[in-house]
Amino acid sequence: MTDLSEQDMDHRTERTPSAHPAPGQQPPASFEDGPEARRSTAAWHLRDLLSVAGAAVAAVALTFLLFGWIAPFDAPVGFVVVAYLLFLGVYAVLVSFDENAVAVRDRVVAVLWQSLATLLLVVLVFVIGYTLWRGHRALVHTNFFTHDLSTTGPLQPLTQGGVVHAILGTLEQITIALAVTVPLGLACAVFLNEVPGGYARLVRTVVEAMTALPSIVAGLFIYATVILVLGWDKSGLAAGLALSLMMLPIIIRASDVVIRLVPGSLREASYALGASHWRTVLTVVLPTARSGLTTAVILGTARGIGETSPVLLTAGYTASVNKSPLSGPQTSLPLATFFMVASPQKNMIARGFGAAALLMALVLLLFAVARIIGGRGPGELSRGQQRRRAQASRRDLARMTGRAPGRQPDPAPGTLRARAERSTTGPRGRRRPPRPQQAGGDPHGRRRWPGGSARP
Amino acid sequence: MTASVLGPDSPGRTSAEPADVPRVLHGAGAASDRVFRGLARGSGGVVLGLMLLVGVFLGSRAWKALSVARWSFLTTAKWEPDSHHFGIAAVLTGTVLIGMVAILIALPLALGTALYISEYAPRRIKRALVSLVDLMAAVPSVVYGLWGVFFLQGHVVGLSRWISQYFGWIPLFEVDGVDPHDPLATSTVYTSSTFIAGIVVALMVTPIACSVMRETFTRAPGGEREGAFALGATKWGMIRTVVLPYGVGGIIGGTMLGLGRALGETIAVYMIISPVFAVQPHLLQNGSNSVSALIALRYGSASSFGTSALMAAGLALFTMTLVVNFIASSIVARSRSGAGAEA
Repeated sequence: MTDLSEQDMDHRTERTPSAHPAPGQQPPASFEDGPEARRSTAAWHLRDLLSVAGAAVAAVALTFLLFGWIAPFDAPVGFVVVAYLLFLGVYAVLVSFDENAVAVRDRVVAVLWQSLATLLLVVLVFVIGYTLWRGHRALVHTNFFTHDLSTTGPLQPLTQGGVVHAILGTLEQITIALAVTVPLGLACAVFLNEVPGGYARLVRTVVEAMTALPSIVAGLFIYATVILVLGWDKSGLAAGLALSLMMLPIIIRASDVVIRLVPGSLREASYALGASHWRTVLTVVLPTARSGLTTAVILGTARGIGETSPVLLTAGYTASVNKSPLSGPQTSLPLATFFMVASPQKNMIARGFGAAALLMALVLLLFAVARIIGGRGPGELSRGQQRRRAQASRRDLARMTGRAPGRQPDPAPGTLRARAERSTTGPRGRRRPPRPQQAGGDPHGRRRWPGGSARP
Repeated sequence: MTASVLGPDSPGRTSAEPADVPRVLHGAGAASDRVFRGLARGSGGVVLGLMLLVGVFLGSRAWKALSVARWSFLTTAKWEPDSHHFGIAAVLTGTVLIGMVAILIALPLALGTALYISEYAPRRIKRALVSLVDLMAAVPSVVYGLWGVFFLQGHVVGLSRWISQYFGWIPLFEVDGVDPHDPLATSTVYTSSTFIAGIVVALMVTPIACSVMRETFTRAPGGEREGAFALGATKWGMIRTVVLPYGVGGIIGGTMLGLGRALGETIAVYMIISPVFAVQPHLLQNGSNSVSALIALRYGSASSFGTSALMAAGLALFTMTLVVNFIASSIVARSRSGAGAEA
């Protein structure tokens, strides 16, 4: 904290030309010398940009001098590294002409973080771009999407053969995995939040432990049980099971977090209106968390769809279309990529990249859908939803004021009571007895739920 | 009846009533609620049973192999289970080394990116950057593997050669059987190494570590940030005295979470390394191994006992990732204390 006291107190004002002779006793904002100029609070000023540009030019020039004239180096990586270090040094010197040491450190560190972030993002985008670019040679031929490889040899041109068998396999396997994980995962996440207690804590701990399960071990487990012990074939079903074992903890954990974020006040309001536990879950908790849950499931799907190692152990590999997930080997896109790029033939490698690019496109699509649907916390509405919500509330207001003009001064008890009574009448028209202990007596709503322990 | 729905604070309540006492709650609610809770418990039980089944099955099968190998399981480098001569010394060393290289590269990248996104990035592009990093975490490992094999391998050899030439006196960077001063020496000795696998795995785990760190950074209390600025701190002064101390749990936890992923990574490693069954501490030299690559390599040709031995190796890997993940999540959870969602 010693540094804080010696920070320069707003160093920018010091170099601002001031009309007042004594800056220390400056009166606060007077209008004597014309209207006050608006002060720029932008993080970057022209001076900063100039010093960055100057440092960059100087660093590159110095590195050229060093590499071209003084020592005969010819390593591009070395050139970039030396140029970058020189850039940092020159930039620090340039800034130190105007600022004190604290501000110099601030600037240099800011540049450092920004360049680290830029490096990472550039490399990551490059990884994706490289795959898409190498894959486009195979992707431009339509037969790539409509044929399989059963009659295509490694030497045959890209105008023959395709990966439709892998596309089909991927779709079937992920469908099996989703059919297992979505109901089970969501039910388990609801359980963790709605029936709290020691048992739920145990389940949560075990689920958390299982997120550490390496995917290859999940594959090995299914291989050892389903294929070796039960004696099934290597098949799409086994691969789907291996994927579900891997995806289940991921989906449970993500949905658990989302459901936990549903505000307690919403549940309590629902209980206060006399709704039962399951109706609260069904009509309040799950709809509130819907966008988050969708995102959780989609991101889990994206993880599962690209997973190779469990599929490698359980699905087998085939070059022809196998529509049935129950019998015979079935391949998937990542697995096909894995096997095709192992070939020494150029065209086969291009097909492998094509399959990888297709997989990447699929993940991108899933991700975009997840972003459009979700990415928002529970209760946080999109602009359209906000507009609809506002319209609905205006309609309600108009309806209420139009219907009961006489009750205008004190509308609250009557309408509230009416609504509470209406909602205690279940959807089947049966009038359920109100449960006073949930409605008012328990300030902690769901946490102190009776839970069946008091009476068998 | 309506009064009882509204509870004790309803206007019907008179002042003559006794003081509030904790109310005894009875009953499990309606039958439908009991069914609902039973179903929820059942689904929890199914998940629990499934997970325990995995653990117990792995453990019991692995026990068969472990009871034969005993302690030599940890010290043997060879993998010949059918002659009862096998161990994870080589693969475990390789796994840990790959994980270490990955984390050493991933930590500064993730930290820098997380700080940039949470502190420096303009608000307009912040959300896009967050999405981009999250997307990177979802990129299939086979794509990273492809990039490593077909692009990185050819371009990183020069760097490997340079490091071994000037830092070869450090045992980790030593490369056997090559004269670093011979300009015509073959470069194949630098391919398929732990170092290259480590770089690729680093790229895979950086997004995960980055998003954990970013989340704790953005949660640093605004009042303290503004307090630091009000005391005249520069941005870096504010980050150093407010954001980093607050986010240190996120940094450690995110790094360890990344390490857990790095240890268990299979396909990218399997595509890059050329497997060797000897303890290979030389990072830059051709040949490495990892537990997951061992399983992917040997599962198909394994006998029943061989599968048990692979299960034992898998169990060792799982134990390792489990410990790392638990430490990570407990650190992250502790750093989030007081940031409860229920307002």
